[in-house]
Amino acid sequence: MPKDSGIGASPKRREDVRFLTGTGNYTDDINLNGQAYVHFLRSDMAHARINSIDTAAASAMPGVVRIFTGADFEGVGGIPCGWQITDKHGEAMQEPAHPVLAQGKARYVGDAIAAVVADTAEQARDAAEAIELDMEELPAVIDMKAAVQEGATKVHDDLTSNLCYDWGFVEENKPAVEEAFANAAHVTTLELVNNRLIANPMEPRVAVGDFNRATGDSTLYTTSQNPHVIRLLMGAFVLGIPEHKLRVIAPDVGGGFGTKIFHYAEEAFCTFAAKALNRAVKWTSSRSEAFISDAHGRDHVSTIQLALDADNNFTALRTDTYANMGAYLSTFAPSVPTWLHGTLMAGNYKTPLIYVNVKAVFTNTVPVDAYRGAGRPEATYQLERVIDKAARELGVDPIALRRQNFITEFPYATPVAVEYDTGDYNATMDKLEEIADFAGFDARRAASEAKGKVRGLGVNCYIEACGIAPSNLVGQLGARAGLYESATVRVNATGGLVVMTGSHSHGQGHETSFPQVIAEMIGIDESMVEIVHGDTANTPMGMGTYGSRSLAVGGSAMVRATEKIITKAKKIAAHILEASDADIELKDGQFSVAGTDKSLAWGDVTLAAYVPHNYPLEDIEPGLEETAFYDPANFTYPSGAYACEVELDPETGKVSIERFAAADDFGNVVNPMIVEGQVHGGIGQGIGQALLEGAVYNEDGQLLSASYMDYAMPRADDLPFYQVDHSCQTPCTHNPLGVKGCGEAGAIGSPPAVVNAVVDALQSMGKDVTHVDMPLSPARVWSAMNE
Amino acid sequence: MYSFDVEKPTSIAEAVAALGSDDEAQALGGGQTLIPTLKQRLASPSKLVSLSGIAEMQGISADGSVVSIGGATPHGVVASEVAQSYPALAALAGNIGDPAVRNRGTIGGSLANNDPAACYPAAALASGATIVTNAREIAADDYFDGLFTTALEEGEIVTQVRLPVPEAANYQKFVQPASRFALVGVFVAKFADGVRVAVTGASEEGVFRWAEAEAALSGNFSADALEGLTVAADGMMADIHGSKAYRAHLIAVLTKRAVAAAA
Ligand SMILES: Cc1cc2nc3c(=O)[nH]c(=O)nc-3n(C[C@H](O)[C@H](O)[C@H](O)COP(=O)(O)OP(=O)(O)OC[C@H]3O[C@@H](n4cnc5c(N)ncnc54)[C@H](O)[C@@H]3O)c2cc1C
Repeated sequence: MPKDSGIGASPKRREDVRFLTGTGNYTDDINLNGQAYVHFLRSDMAHARINSIDTAAASAMPGVVRIFTGADFEGVGGIPCGWQITDKHGEAMQEPAHPVLAQGKARYVGDAIAAVVADTAEQARDAAEAIELDMEELPAVIDMKAAVQEGATKVHDDLTSNLCYDWGFVEENKPAVEEAFANAAHVTTLELVNNRLIANPMEPRVAVGDFNRATGDSTLYTTSQNPHVIRLLMGAFVLGIPEHKLRVIAPDVGGGFGTKIFHYAEEAFCTFAAKALNRAVKWTSSRSEAFISDAHGRDHVSTIQLALDADNNFTALRTDTYANMGAYLSTFAPSVPTWLHGTLMAGNYKTPLIYVNVKAVFTNTVPVDAYRGAGRPEATYQLERVIDKAARELGVDPIALRRQNFITEFPYATPVAVEYDTGDYNATMDKLEEIADFAGFDARRAASEAKGKVRGLGVNCYIEACGIAPSNLVGQLGARAGLYESATVRVNATGGLVVMTGSHSHGQGHETSFPQVIAEMIGIDESMVEIVHGDTANTPMGMGTYGSRSLAVGGSAMVRATEKIITKAKKIAAHILEASDADIELKDGQFSVAGTDKSLAWGDVTLAAYVPHNYPLEDIEPGLEETAFYDPANFTYPSGAYACEVELDPETGKVSIERFAAADDFGNVVNPMIVEGQVHGGIGQGIGQALLEGAVYNEDGQLLSASYMDYAMPRADDLPFYQVDHSCQTPCTHNPLGVKGCGEAGAIGSPPAVVNAVVDALQSMGKDVTHVDMPLSPARVWSAMNE
Repeated sequence: MYSFDVEKPTSIAEAVAALGSDDEAQALGGGQTLIPTLKQRLASPSKLVSLSGIAEMQGISADGSVVSIGGATPHGVVASEVAQSYPALAALAGNIGDPAVRNRGTIGGSLANNDPAACYPAAALASGATIVTNAREIAADDYFDGLFTTALEEGEIVTQVRLPVPEAANYQKFVQPASRFALVGVFVAKFADGVRVAVTGASEEGVFRWAEAEAALSGNFSADALEGLTVAADGMMADIHGSKAYRAHLIAVLTKRAVAAAA
């Protein structure tokens, strides 16, 4: 019987009432008295020297309050990067200055050159058109491999080259890896591109800066996944405002997918300008602007090699990746191709020797940073594609080859610095074989053939490291932040609770799932628990939501705080019931003395905490409010096995997804409906990457896919009905809930399944095609068939 | 967008006068192309003259051999009202954009705009339609004049489109994955006196008739008649969604499919 409340139940998402009835409170819904509007004049050249900016005529336009340029920010800090990578020679990465508004040069199409603040948004835009720019176009650096050639034009003149870092991992393993390749019975090599993506959350970015002259306080309302991180980065590094004078509010946020983690120049600008003008300043990104100013994702070019012995055991793996950073380092950009990618290269397999090389490259393109999965999809894609190719070359069943090489004993220390606590990869593969109905595939293939279509089946596994992250570990790896999470649990006098969490919900359903945990712990109704998040003024310092960390890390903090509440409440109950603390039991919202019929309701105890007439005042303070910070001991390692069936039109190259099955192991599951929704969404994005999406620049650095006319987002009819299962559960061993996180799995696990399936279809037609780069558009698949 | 005035006349004569009185005035059909253009500030008309309040430009009549569609009739109305009289045209209209686009966008606007990836131009050309304006009647063969260009003069309004109804017809649209306009679209129409094949989405010259296919099909209206016929890749468009060769290939595939579906 499914439960109807608490952990394991699937109550409907309470936040959906406001989201679905148009009563959410998004940043663009916030309008302050007397606010002005900013329009950013953005470069239409990918690389250009700014000779002069004449704002005289524009400043005289109706409604213009002030026009800012890079010169106004000379004394102000630049946009900081939150992660420093040490290269394979032990040197720090090259880190260019990242001014709020361009200084001297524009470095990508979309780079903000000037900002016009006016009474209305239209006036600001009108005046921006009247600014006279004298720009000298320079050769653009777009292709990563060309960018690191000797003599290439430099994106940043003061850096030694366009190479941000050349990272080797684990450098000491390299000779052993090379030896293993020399001794291999078989080596499979694959070159592939992990296509550049644009996240396209439904809500574009918005920022409203405000300044209170009477108190000297600054406030920023912003579309962020992590308001405390923005407060720290912007306050400490850019504007020099201490945290107690700066409040950052991220109210309802309409999707983030990673691209709303980062601290953006527009946020700093609005906060800065509000103070300079003593007037609130608002910026709302248009959709066109989002394409050229939101951080992009992925964009790796890799060569991966897998070595096998004569019995088809994986003996070594090596991979070389070029990772595009874009023109500047976005907040977490350097960590994505390194620590979020290299550490995942073991996948689900006991490959003993692994070497990962990553060259991060500056180009005249929009900065690239984390996008759903961040690094882990890139690792999984390489690994699962090369295994599939190896199976074909060796003429063995791709599932059998995977099973043969699965890690089966836990904990397992990989050769790439992480230790998997639990998992059961054969269990998810068994489950997949069942739900995907592999037995019926031949019949389905025959049915497709009868229609003139070609059917293919692709299978892959994935592992991800999430629940990010142990602070001391990431500190050693170059993070300039801790990655704990926080919660304050406030119990009100009449028994209701408010949880102020450092996690941020922008589609994940925390307002529903977090109360389920508390309700279970205390034995009260979920409706007695309210979640507050997204405002630095009323939540403890937290690191926000990304990396599938909210329940595993933020939920753990909430559990720890609630445990403190329960401990204190038991003391109060013991006092009133004249028993000892140790004899008090809490069940179904009742405190009772073990072995007696004496009991007290939850509400009686909470009331006593605030009306302490009969209360152990000499031992404990009145009130019932506790805070906990939780720093995880390890990452969590969700895993799974995915299968995709495609139908290919041999005349046109069009691929349609006919079936998609996902067997995931997320450890314990709090709200199965929300988990399924997260998996559905992730697979949708993964299929989008595999078949449709691709940000394409021409050689001059113009973004060709700069609107929905050319950037193909998945639509409902591009996607099949999914078979998803999460009944294989190996609980995480190191967090109190035994949860692993499910937010990114779908996006990590699905692209290789789709591509493996298409290659299978092509091979079944007798085509000698071993790989097609994503997105597998009809034109690309047709070209591959006809080469 | 820049600011502009709006007029909403109720007769063709008033609309023509309003457009004639101001060099910078522009007709507004359903706005599905024009409004996004204005939002991006790519055009700056002084005045928009809306055609949607003109009763004589709305609606459809069919007399068995010809379907006449008012120039301001939205795609959604065409999709439902010609379902019996000209099913291939109804199917084409019902596959343009999404419901919002179909409820606003008009046949006159589509033909005036002549987007090289639009659907209606293929139907008009393959049907041998007559484009009726406030001033004259233009045969479809004389109307389309390359990308986004037509025989229309400044201020001339498409008031009606008359499409002869073929004995058999079919439109095959292969969608561009992002915009879902036609990457290539082929409209095949079989009349008593011959077959017409019009291709959209493919050529650098815009919508065109594929003469070889027409000749082959006029003798033998079956997909087999097209065996071996190809279109040269030269002169086709190329972009991130498809090469010249791919578009040329699709024309042959889609023409066969259209014939098979129509026959
Ligand atoms: C999301 C989306 C998807 C679409 N998908 C497709 C598709 O798959 N296939 C397709 O064919 N089209 C598609 N379209 C285009 C759509 O069909 C438009 O409706 C059409 O191109 C323009 O018609 P309109 O009535 O909206 O014209 P408007 O946008 O109002 O005007 C377009 C131009 O025509 C002029 N004009 C308008 N009416 C007349 C008239 N009666 N006489 C003279 N000039 C006139 C205007 O001055 C303007 O220059 C799509 C549009 C959108 C927004």
